[in-house]
Amino acid sequence: MALVLDDDQLMLRDTAGRFLAERAPIAQLRRLRDEHDELGYSAQLWQEMATMGWPGIAIPEKFGGLGMGYTELGIVLEQVGRNLSASPLEASALVGATAVAELGTEAQKESLLPAVAGGELTFALALQEGSRHQPRKTAMSALKQSDGWVLQGRKVLVFDGHTADKMIVVARTAGRPGDETGLSVFVVDADTDGVLVERVVMVDSRNSANVSFDGVEVGPDGLLGSEGGAYAPLQRVLDIANVGMAAELLGLSAEAFERTLEYLKVREQFGVPIGSFQALQHRAAKMYAELELARSIVLTSLQAIDGADDSLSALASACKAKLCEVATLVTAEAIQMHGGIGMTDEADIGLFIKRARVAQQTYGDYSYHLDRFARLNSY
Amino acid sequence: MVSLSDLEEFRHEVRRWLGANCPESMRTPVLSDADYYLGGSNPEFSHPDQKRWADLMAEKGWTTPTWPSEYGGGGLTREEAAILRDEMSAIGARSPLNSFGISMLGPALLEYGNEDQKSEHLPKIVRGEITWCQGYSEPGAGSDLASLQTRAEDTGDHYLVNGQKVWTSFADKADWIFCLVRTDNSGTKHEGISFLLVEMASEGVSVRPIKLISGKSSFCETFFDNVRVPKENLVGEEGKGWEIAKYLLTHERETISGFGQDSSGRTLAEVATEEIGLGADGRLEDGVLRRDVAQLEVDLLAFAATMDRVRDEAKAGQGLGAASSIVKYCGTELNKRRFELMMSLHGERALAWEGEHCDDGEMPRAWLRTKANSIEGGTSEIQLNIVAKRVLGLPS
Repeated sequence: MALVLDDDQLMLRDTAGRFLAERAPIAQLRRLRDEHDELGYSAQLWQEMATMGWPGIAIPEKFGGLGMGYTELGIVLEQVGRNLSASPLEASALVGATAVAELGTEAQKESLLPAVAGGELTFALALQEGSRHQPRKTAMSALKQSDGWVLQGRKVLVFDGHTADKMIVVARTAGRPGDETGLSVFVVDADTDGVLVERVVMVDSRNSANVSFDGVEVGPDGLLGSEGGAYAPLQRVLDIANVGMAAELLGLSAEAFERTLEYLKVREQFGVPIGSFQALQHRAAKMYAELELARSIVLTSLQAIDGADDSLSALASACKAKLCEVATLVTAEAIQMHGGIGMTDEADIGLFIKRARVAQQTYGDYSYHLDRFARLNSY
Repeated sequence: MVSLSDLEEFRHEVRRWLGANCPESMRTPVLSDADYYLGGSNPEFSHPDQKRWADLMAEKGWTTPTWPSEYGGGGLTREEAAILRDEMSAIGARSPLNSFGISMLGPALLEYGNEDQKSEHLPKIVRGEITWCQGYSEPGAGSDLASLQTRAEDTGDHYLVNGQKVWTSFADKADWIFCLVRTDNSGTKHEGISFLLVEMASEGVSVRPIKLISGKSSFCETFFDNVRVPKENLVGEEGKGWEIAKYLLTHERETISGFGQDSSGRTLAEVATEEIGLGADGRLEDGVLRRDVAQLEVDLLAFAATMDRVRDEAKAGQGLGAASSIVKYCGTELNKRRFELMMSLHGERALAWEGEHCDDGEMPRAWLRTKANSIEGGTSEIQLNIVAKRVLGLPS
């Protein structure tokens, strides 16, 4: 695959960019935040996204999706990042649908994916238990009983957890925290008895939740994938999720950079535009260079998902680590170069660093992925 | 438009020919500068097969695959040249001939030279008979290339050249030099510069090698003392040499950004594992160096993807993408980081300069050499200026 967008992809990028700038701009995120909106995103916006087919971009046509691919989903997520648009696209389409597609049986895919593609069903991934992303350390238990399992435990950082219709829950059917074997994945209705959801509004004003599972009963068809063998397929799901988050980070970093560049050209101090100062010019040029490197590795990684590249894991970790680094650099510089105005809530530029921080932490941060990259390369 | 089946046919033919003609010894990694064959009237060979390989390739015009066949080139399309490159790299074939004639003067002559100049010089470059050096930089000018002072005075049938060039790579081995000279002082500093070809054997040309911090160097100072240069050796219009200079610099920046290989051909991670060792948990025992290796490898991956993207954008007819303007800056800065890290990984052994079992100090010399990467061909700061002003449109 050539590392360029083809005509259809360019059209998708432009359409998505225009749509989000009009229907889900930063002003909408502010409104949701300031009005303490119960949903945390616009239900109408989500329906419009569904009408355009976005939740099903990467879902095969036979399961009701558009059958395009993750490159296309990444292209849309980049535009989501540019506009800081809140919606279930990440939790439900990028992560939830991917988990079903990667782990589920044909019957499960047939029953779940068309509804996700249509925007009628939303997912949330309940994985993390401590402050940091450590899938192997999962302690939550799923105890086998005669007719299914009983889930017991507590999850944090469940992205869109208080709005999702169904939870995809990672629990231990065998082994001890730290073991790769013994992990299993379950699909649980959010309104099942014993599921307790506490909403947490994050620093980026987006949705998260702490979810407790207290003796939650799951039937035999609630198991997604093989019992005890979820670790490897889950890794692939997380690889895809991380590349998607990297695409979003690319979009928000590029937008923060371009807004800053514009500011450098118009803001005057000492009687001249501050962008004429070499100290700032060189930093801007370095950011531009880093963003170009970031763009290349994101596109390479998205194509590696669609190309079923078997070296995806190391690449995905490299990609997420690089984008964490670049997003940190660009969003911090954006505030610094805006000066005092960059610190005010009134200016939009500060919203980028908030979203960046959450997207970085979700599914493993810089140090997690740098370490994973090294381990996957045997050092 | 060449059809796909023709291209497949071509690939098959290239593979067969390379298989039959590329000597085994030329399918091994380049270990030192001596493994590059530079051609010229007094050629140096590190292996007898070097000459045979270059001659066989030159016969097909494949030392310069895309140059027109009327000047000895391969006459290949971009797609065909890409196939040749792929097939050569598939068997690890070395580049048969490396020279400024191929990478820099040739493209300039094809674009700006007259018919006589093309038919006189290009075939000799293709066959490696004549080697060229570049006379751009001058003492005191540095990255401010246009402030050059070397004068060429029109005395009727020839120019009289006086002045001094510096950092002329391989001037001590070159047969000819292409240089920028000032033919007019009256306009702005970018005007009145001309592009001149000078035979190094001309009376009044002298060369002095410059010893660098690496203890070795291909760099020289070149002096012109009343050198008579025939007027037919002017390329393009008199006074319009700056345009050619800029065209050439683009080629040069792309060339310099290429990576120096570790002489063993091993990755950083492999070197690190061997030198430092893994702990019981499978991680490098030095956690700080492990982080440095991983960070650099991630950046190298992103850079390689960017190089691929620049090539694919060009192939897709999207012109040279905006990304290409950062290639020189990123490539050279990464190369410096790579060698800094390599020095750390090799530890004390990397410090040996002379004596037994130290490969003539190859490691520290290569490390020191990389420090020039971000100076030659326009410093990193100049590249950042170019990006800031031309790409980002920041005000002066």
